[in-house]
Amino acid sequence: MDKSMLKYIGKRLLISTVTLFVIILVLFLMLKLMPGTPFNDEKLSDSQKALLMAKYGLDKPVLVQFFNYLKNMLTGDFGVSYVINKNMEISKLVGSAMVISFKLGIAATILGAIVGILLGVVAALNKNSWLDSLATGVSVLGVSIPSFVFALILVYFLGAKWHILPTQYNSSNSFVSSIMPVIALSMSVIANVARFTRTEMIQVLNSDYMTLAKSKGLDKRTLIMKHGLRNSLVPVITILGPIMVNIMTGTMVVENICGVPGLGKLLIQSIQQNDYNVTLACSFLYAFMYVIIVLVIDVSYGIIDPRIRLGKDE
Amino acid sequence: MAERERILKIRDLRISFKTTNGQVNAIRGVDLDLYKGETIVIVGESGSGKSVTTKAIMGILANNAHIDSGSIDYVWYDEKTGERQERDIVQMTEKEMGQIIRGRKIAMVFQDPMTSLNPTMPIGKQIMEPMIYHYKNSKKEAYAKAVELLQLVGITDAEKRMKNYPHQLSGGMRQRIVIAIALSCDPYVLICDEPTTALDVTIQAKILELIQDIQKKKDLSVIYITHDLGVVAKVADYVNVMYAGKIVETGTINEIFYDPRHPYTWGLLSSMPDLDTNEDELYTIPGTPPNLAHPVAGDAFAPRNQFALNVDYEIDPPMFDVPGSATHKVASWLMHENAPNIQMPASLKHRIENMKKEGL
Repeated sequence: MDKSMLKYIGKRLLISTVTLFVIILVLFLMLKLMPGTPFNDEKLSDSQKALLMAKYGLDKPVLVQFFNYLKNMLTGDFGVSYVINKNMEISKLVGSAMVISFKLGIAATILGAIVGILLGVVAALNKNSWLDSLATGVSVLGVSIPSFVFALILVYFLGAKWHILPTQYNSSNSFVSSIMPVIALSMSVIANVARFTRTEMIQVLNSDYMTLAKSKGLDKRTLIMKHGLRNSLVPVITILGPIMVNIMTGTMVVENICGVPGLGKLLIQSIQQNDYNVTLACSFLYAFMYVIIVLVIDVSYGIIDPRIRLGKDE
Repeated sequence: MAERERILKIRDLRISFKTTNGQVNAIRGVDLDLYKGETIVIVGESGSGKSVTTKAIMGILANNAHIDSGSIDYVWYDEKTGERQERDIVQMTEKEMGQIIRGRKIAMVFQDPMTSLNPTMPIGKQIMEPMIYHYKNSKKEAYAKAVELLQLVGITDAEKRMKNYPHQLSGGMRQRIVIAIALSCDPYVLICDEPTTALDVTIQAKILELIQDIQKKKDLSVIYITHDLGVVAKVADYVNVMYAGKIVETGTINEIFYDPRHPYTWGLLSSMPDLDTNEDELYTIPGTPPNLAHPVAGDAFAPRNQFALNVDYEIDPPMFDVPGSATHKVASWLMHENAPNIQMPASLKHRIENMKKEGL
């Protein structure tokens, strides 16, 4: 890895940190602007409420509160849950849920990307043949049918009717019970990636540098693997970012259908039950994942396409 | 002239394309000869089939192209045994083309250096790739040779440039890289498809000189494709004028420039701007080339030809030998012994007189 690459990564990291800071600030202020306090018990007198406010530091100026929150957050302390799991530390509550969601999301993205790229390349290499039509058909289905419909179909057939896979998520058998939600989530990834890869690959195959590479006398496999794939994957990687974020939000419904105790399920529950700290932590985690994903995408983009790097070593 | 050795012989090459508008007969019987160490130029308008002809030689025709008939005989000497080999490229399989011909025996320099290099691969790797692929050179050998090639094509700081990506280089430098790639496997034939069209005028001459220089050093045979008569004058030994998928006139550079016989060649030469042009308007050949999706009756150039004879609309003229020359051939009924005596336009004659005086 050369110097320009390191510099590029450093720059991306800095931008990500600033972005995250702004996100916490906005989330925190929004929460402060919400009417009422966490202590809504009618039995509490005003002086008792004031005492509680002082105990939790809520009587201090908003900015001081914010930096307190920030400081605690950096040590992994997101406060405690008020309703869902009274006085349980949020880091524990959210942490375990996040791990499950993240695993599902990553698995679905990887599966979707691999299958999608394969499908796209096959379609591009056999343009206008029946293979191409098949790949296009799969893409149209995948894009137009929402992931929770796939989840329902899978649960109905594989789970309820044929008893091949468990219908509900089970932490003691997490691999097998994750298969259905992962497949359901990956369908849209497959569709999008396949469509995109096909278009890009066709364009690359018609490019001048492919003609030049061909005129070197390389065989077809070397041509596709060394010259074609890499160039057609650059734009595909950019769409993987938004796709993955989509999946993360898509997990909300799919998690409910498949009974996965993930972040999406927790967030919905916390909003319904006014558990502010949990809502804040969950929303922040979504934002955090988004920023991290974008960072990873940007960096890998830079590795694959040298023109993106901002270094100037000319 | 010493013993000339013919290394490429194209006979009656016919190529058609299948399009949504039906079959297009792009190449309609091309004959072409290339001798060792010599330079031939194929000159003609866009769409006349120049590029298709050379792509057929490389075996990199588009998927919808089909070689209907003809032969492209290529002669080479085996690297180890020195044995003379002669093969018809048209009959070779795709695999053989890749292993024997493309890159190794015949290499190509493309028109637009801005798009013909892989943007995601360092240029050094792109130059080394064919050597490692074809000759199983070690990375170190290939690297040394690539640096050598970069120096040969006039790139300073060659070692440093090896790590550069195409976007870090200028158009002229990129074309030098493309030339270096073409030379990497020591080919015998270099095909230059409008190598200077996309370049700055100031760079054009330099690239042409570079190719000529390398040609001399490596004893290469070069096929140029161009529509620029200035380029033709600078590089050619032999000129082939192509129109609507056929060679209509062929000869040495002096024969084509000083004694053109085909009305199309007259038109081309007349439409070349020069400093002595007194007329207000530059001459252009009237009309447009025929649509080759439709059958062409007679001479394809007849409808645009002010000197066309009645027979031109009926029968396609064969190649006539120009009396007194072994190399000059013209496909025009004007060369027939019974044809009326039609001379080139007076303005062109005047122009050629001037060119002769200036010694071109």
